[in-house]
Amino acid sequence: MIRAAFAAMLVLLAVLLPRPLGAQDTMPPAPYAYNQLDDPRLEAEAAALMHTLRCLKCQSQSIADSDAPMAGDMRHQVRSRILAGESPDQIRSWLIARYGDYVSYEPEVSSTTWPLFAVPVLVILLVAGVLLRRLGKRRSDAGEAA
Amino acid sequence: MKNRLLLWVPLALFAFFAGLAGYMLTQEKDQFVESTMIGQPLPDFALEPAFEGLPGAAKADFVGGGPRLLNVWASWCLPCIAEAPQLEALKAQGVEIIGIAIRDRPEDVANFLAAHGNPYSRIGSDRISEVQLAIGSSGVPETFVIDAKGVIRYQHIGDIRADDVAVLLAELEKAK
Repeated sequence: MIRAAFAAMLVLLAVLLPRPLGAQDTMPPAPYAYNQLDDPRLEAEAAALMHTLRCLKCQSQSIADSDAPMAGDMRHQVRSRILAGESPDQIRSWLIARYGDYVSYEPEVSSTTWPLFAVPVLVILLVAGVLLRRLGKRRSDAGEAA
Repeated sequence: MKNRLLLWVPLALFAFFAGLAGYMLTQEKDQFVESTMIGQPLPDFALEPAFEGLPGAAKADFVGGGPRLLNVWASWCLPCIAEAPQLEALKAQGVEIIGIAIRDRPEDVANFLAAHGNPYSRIGSDRISEVQLAIGSSGVPETFVIDAKGVIRYQHIGDIRADDVAVLLAELEKAK
């Protein structure tokens, strides 16, 4: 009885487990997803750009690092647009116009991100100020003692 | 006296950040990447039919008439099965739904529609997610409200649940 129930559970598991794997398409990747451009100079341009674009499916990877089908399709866009003569900046702004700052994997100064850049500078200035005051004080103390 | 109070500032700061981290752990993470194309016209595109039964989809199919829904989906996408009844309900309300099938095969599209119903008037086949990227969609399923001028007015991310149907109908009304 218990064995039968166990066997039934195993069968159920075997049926259910592969389901998430089914949630992936079986189409071959886009032509330029995994194929480099023939011109090494253009390919270098495309590769540099791909490292600065975030994969939309896998939140902490650039499209250069991701094997998600959508990242492959984005690499295809980058390479085919570079090949068509677009500049990396044009392609970047094309994507940012569609997905906002999210798609940029290289932080840029904007109305929402400026504190990221301003706060460290402020902290360094503050620490420098405190240090200067303390060291200056100690030096003058030492001067008085001498 | 003043200096002694100052001594507590670092601890207070630490407690604040610990509290903030604790609070954020209880908040649900918003993983959706919203399109920044709302209010922009659809880009030009013309997609081949996704299978033999229906025509393909192009930008021209969205211009004129009333507002329509653009449903980005795929036969390999499980949440798309979950939203099929809601798309049927929207169709029953007289809404025209144009589909874009992402990275899909004709036989898979046909099988999906045979199994889960066909709410679409047209389905374009986007084999390399080209149109999907051009409209700022980051996954399947996603549904856009497109007005009669071909302008994107609203984006619904994820499968359409029963209570989203009314929201989409209201957005379609707004887009008239």
